[in-house]
Amino acid sequence: MLKYLLNEDEKELYQTGGDKTMKIIMTGNEAVARGAYEAGCHVAAAYPGTPSTEILENISNYKEINSEWAPNEKVALEVACGASIAGGRALAAMKHVGLNVAADPLFTIAYEGVNGGLVVVTADDPGCHSSQNEQDNRLYAPAARLILLEPSDSQECKDFTKLAFAVSEKFDTPVLLRLTTRVCHSKSLVELEDRLEAPVKPYIKNAEKYICTPAIAKLRHVVVEKNMLLLKEYSENSPLNRIEWGAKKTGIITSGISYQYAKEVFGEEASYLKIGMSHPLPDRLIKDFAQGVEKIYVIEENDPYLEKHVKSLGINCFGKGSIPVCGELNPEIIKKALLSAGGETGYTTGLKAPSRPPVLCAGCPHRGMFYTLSKYKDAVVAGDIGCYTLGTVPPLSVTDTVICMGASITAAIGMEKIARREGRKTKVFSCIGDSTFFHSGITGLVDVVYNKSNIVVIILDNSITAMTGHQENPGSGKTLMGEIAQVVDIEKIVRAVGIKEENIRVVDPYDLAATEKAVQDAYGAAEAFVIISKQPCALLKSVQKKRAGLSYAVDQKKCKKCKACMKIGCPAVSNKNGEIKIDKTQCNACSLCAQMCKFDAINKVGE
Amino acid sequence: MIKNVLLVGVGGQGTILTSKILSSGLVKLGYDVKMSEIHGMAQRGGSVTTQIRYGDKVYSPSICTGEADLVAAFEKVEAVRWLPQLKKGGTLIINDYEIYSLPVLIGKENYPDGILEDLQDRIKEVKVVDAAGIAERIGNIKTQNIVLLGALVKALGLEKLEWTELIKENVPAKLQGINLKAFQAGLGC
Ligand SMILES: Cc1ncc(C[n+]2csc(CCOP(=O)(O)OP(=O)(O)O)c2C)c(N)n1
Repeated sequence: MLKYLLNEDEKELYQTGGDKTMKIIMTGNEAVARGAYEAGCHVAAAYPGTPSTEILENISNYKEINSEWAPNEKVALEVACGASIAGGRALAAMKHVGLNVAADPLFTIAYEGVNGGLVVVTADDPGCHSSQNEQDNRLYAPAARLILLEPSDSQECKDFTKLAFAVSEKFDTPVLLRLTTRVCHSKSLVELEDRLEAPVKPYIKNAEKYICTPAIAKLRHVVVEKNMLLLKEYSENSPLNRIEWGAKKTGIITSGISYQYAKEVFGEEASYLKIGMSHPLPDRLIKDFAQGVEKIYVIEENDPYLEKHVKSLGINCFGKGSIPVCGELNPEIIKKALLSAGGETGYTTGLKAPSRPPVLCAGCPHRGMFYTLSKYKDAVVAGDIGCYTLGTVPPLSVTDTVICMGASITAAIGMEKIARREGRKTKVFSCIGDSTFFHSGITGLVDVVYNKSNIVVIILDNSITAMTGHQENPGSGKTLMGEIAQVVDIEKIVRAVGIKEENIRVVDPYDLAATEKAVQDAYGAAEAFVIISKQPCALLKSVQKKRAGLSYAVDQKKCKKCKACMKIGCPAVSNKNGEIKIDKTQCNACSLCAQMCKFDAINKVGE
Repeated sequence: MIKNVLLVGVGGQGTILTSKILSSGLVKLGYDVKMSEIHGMAQRGGSVTTQIRYGDKVYSPSICTGEADLVAAFEKVEAVRWLPQLKKGGTLIINDYEIYSLPVLIGKENYPDGILEDLQDRIKEVKVVDAAGIAERIGNIKTQNIVLLGALVKALGLEKLEWTELIKENVPAKLQGINLKAFQAGLGC
């Protein structure tokens, strides 16, 4: 940690503890959490999203930090902004697309600046391991005038997080800490230090700073631009940006995980300009480096962010001409792109591995609703993001669109407008999970009522944020810190926005007949209709306990091999050599397959 | 010298716990270690991989084509899927266990026959482990992953470390005994 300080005087400012030698292996996310803890962070807020989720999960283990799951990323960032203005050190974390949701406060808090240090963590996902796009959030930093830090391993995740709080306070500006999936989810060694209690700063009302009316915003903009010049100077001198001289024939400018890949490929055969602070960028340092080497490669994932800047300085360099913009990098891709060297070749076989896409789990409550919807072949279903996105997987094959969180209800509104205008007979449905409904579905439902849309909104309430690994949410009755919370009642919200009583159904999706009836009613309705499909996630510990030892089994004597039970796409039901079987290790007795069977051949076992 | 170990399996099989214990052990042995696990949809029965690299100094956390000294496949078809990662002359540990994916279950795709024979023909160092059978005999099929941990430790020649404590730290108290048995059984494979 100490190595990142410019001079001895900064020790006090940055409040570093003495370096300790205790080394443990941590993921990048665990290390960010540890960094926040050591930096004396007071408040942390986030909305879950892979690959960022474990940051707050780990922070919640440090009881010194008041942590929360916010309903969405905008709320999380605003909570952090408020905590910072009030004098505390605050952190907000989110996945890359979450920063789009939080972009509104982000741009303005950059004008207002901070009181306690404010760190915004964005976890980008090159390669789309679990995301709907692979946007490069480094571009937010120049757009919003933020400090941008890019750690390349877990030790740097911790160090940079700590430093971010201090730099934020020193320069009166929020810091954007940019991670990527490979940094978040890779483990490497980290040296632990003690927590340093950063006292909460006094709050002093300051209208010229914290009230961004147009008159004040104009003045703050000038302050921010001046500040950028100071930051540029800091970037020139900070050890965050460093040259590692090696062979001078090849010079590599790189940041984040790409630095590790570059070292793997080129080792001592190149010199490196390792960028840890990627905004503002150190122009003098880049020029010095360029003068010291013969040929320059810029190695970075996704957008040519560094490359464009280097070129803008009039320096000739090579990057995205051969390194792909799309997808995640690895040493093999870099070798092929820059050294025209084929990677190693492994073994091959003539056998073909069948695909193994993720599917709705055995017993997933979403299945009953999707099976029912799959019977309405002429309906259009606007989908959303969560486990229930897997309703698109055959044999269910339900869902026509997925855009972003909340866009099910709203895209359905637009689709229904066109259908109505064109006289199409299409019935438009939308499916949204409970967490997603709280995140950004409620405003869509208000629009349904206000602008008289007659779509059907199906809220798939499994009482948890399942997709990202079971995080609590406003409807689950518990907070991130483990406290009992008031349950925000979805049904009451639906009533309150004005959906008529006769157009609301609450059904148990494990009851296929009741589910069918509700969908039928909705299909025939001429007004906005809401179905709340209510059944907790089958993987919840409480549910697993309740149904432990229970399963269904096929009575082979009664089974007519009609395969009706296979239509629900349950991974526990298989047809091996013409014999229908239910895998009892997966089955948790949701009973759907038994309801499908017309011959009473599927029965409950283990009562 | 850097060693590359790739663990592949199906969401829910416990590959992540195995790699967690293995990498903690490697740290105790004094290696620089990087481990990379991409999970997101893992819980939903998708194919999962964990990469572990260890040596004096490790930069990249990712293992590339043909670079894995050891591939441990927790499920048979996953060995086929990730075979190109195995280095020529490397070792394959393969669990004699099948999990059908949904496209196979609904008859859209085929689960190939003769995987073990095919791979044994091509690769010199193949260790077939009946981890499911062993785990079931011990009394809990879910300890398959610890049986495989034992087999991995042996194949990597890391028996000298005291693994017992590490395993205890990483499994629930009441399952410690059975997991230690599973580990011993794996070591004996
Ligand atoms: C803006 C944004 N934030 C976060 C995510 C990550 N994410 C995808 S789905 C999901 C949760 C879905 O929970 P819920 O709606 O309850 O559905 P479930 O998975 O429980 O079925 C989250 C957090 C995202 N894709 N976009």
